[in-house]
Amino acid sequence: MAPPKTRRPGFSRRAQYGLFIGYVVAVGGVMLALLLLAVRIFDPQGFAALRGLALDMTTPISAGGRSVVRGVTGSGDAISNYFMAASRNAELNRRLEGAEQELIEARAIRYENMRLKRLLKLTGELNDEVTTARIVNSSFDSSRRLATITAGSSDGVRTGQPVRAPEGLIGRIIEVGRFASRVLLITDGASNVPVRAVRNGIPAMATGRGDGTLDIKPLEVGQNPFRQGDIFVTSGIGGIFGPNIPAAIVVRVTREETLARPLANPARADFAIVQNIYMAEADAPLEGGATPPSDALQAPPPPPPGTGNQAAPKR
Amino acid sequence: MSRIAFNSAAVRRKHLRREYVPIVSTILACMLSLLPIIVSSPMIPDFGFLMLIAWRLLRPEMWAPAVALPLGLFNDLVAGHPIGQSMAIWTLLFIVFDIMDSRVLFRDYWMDWLIAAVAITGYVYADWYIGTLLGNTAGFSVMLPQLAASILAFPIVARLVLSLDRWRLAR
Repeated sequence: MAPPKTRRPGFSRRAQYGLFIGYVVAVGGVMLALLLLAVRIFDPQGFAALRGLALDMTTPISAGGRSVVRGVTGSGDAISNYFMAASRNAELNRRLEGAEQELIEARAIRYENMRLKRLLKLTGELNDEVTTARIVNSSFDSSRRLATITAGSSDGVRTGQPVRAPEGLIGRIIEVGRFASRVLLITDGASNVPVRAVRNGIPAMATGRGDGTLDIKPLEVGQNPFRQGDIFVTSGIGGIFGPNIPAAIVVRVTREETLARPLANPARADFAIVQNIYMAEADAPLEGGATPPSDALQAPPPPPPGTGNQAAPKR
Repeated sequence: MSRIAFNSAAVRRKHLRREYVPIVSTILACMLSLLPIIVSSPMIPDFGFLMLIAWRLLRPEMWAPAVALPLGLFNDLVAGHPIGQSMAIWTLLFIVFDIMDSRVLFRDYWMDWLIAAVAITGYVYADWYIGTLLGNTAGFSVMLPQLAASILAFPIVARLVLSLDRWRLAR
């Protein structure tokens, strides 16, 4: 079909001006939109109130349907469990035998651990759960990997806090509404999590690849020290994510790269636990004005020796 | 089905239907991104965008380019894109469509699909590019499944829009 020739609205001056003004508004709107985008790029927290409000308004819709979807996926599991019962039973028995031995070893290690920690005067218990919430929705039509949880600033959630499931790390909060917040999943391409291998303690950085997997980059150069099946936990280096949260398991190793998948699947996790931002005691600001070496770059210069402790910046 | 409106209420109702079906259907399509689905990679098309270009290609005279601004803002807020992303891309696309309409003399179903495919590719690329500006390091290959799904889903959405349009204009 030939396109209609209605773009030119006849000889009416008024209609022609109307069309022209329509274009002016459109071009102005594009400029405004690009400006908003630029603001967002240079100030990630821009328009937090507006975005939080939108999050609050839309999350009940997702939350309502989530139980239905969970029921459907859960029933698939139940059916396959029924058919695989015998082989699963044998496998579980075998694993239980192994696990009991390891449990005894683990108890011994925990005792030793407690003893050593008392020796070092470290407080081992990190009782820092902010709140517990349900994951109700994730982005599925954009390049970002974001999820929505049903807890917001009224539950004490703040931007930056880490989010985990019982099985492992999920991500961190990037947007907060009153009753809902958005989580940047660890599989997002902008997410970097410092981790270390459980088997040999080698530190690495887990970067999201945007497709549900993680890229594990060892911090040391040389041969790839990881192998398939290696489990990674967060190392707690640099703060934010506390140490020893299970994070990822290696699924494929090549010469250049190590591919891992997160241990916690947000689609299956019943609950997400929001934790306080972790700050290692060694990184905490010291009394008396001396700045720790880890953030010496952005810290203000230490006060000259003569001024004493009255100028110590409280950060 | 009565073809004659007997009272003014029926006339008003039909007028409302004729005026608001396109906008409301696009808004509902945007809200599909609130579906409680949790996936680990982008695979599902942005139905709001598909609905928008399907309406635009079917009825070029219906919407002024500025209509895309509020619709884009709504999509940004609902889907969690950075504010301004859909606003800018959608409005720019409408202006490009207007220029194209004054140049291209002949359009059929296959041409529409081709134009939509180009528009979808541009949209997905822009979405990915803005993501990289915001710190995303994932490669563009991550978006390929979604790109293919969107292009293949366009005829279905176009069919839906066509039947909605028929219902909208039915007397």
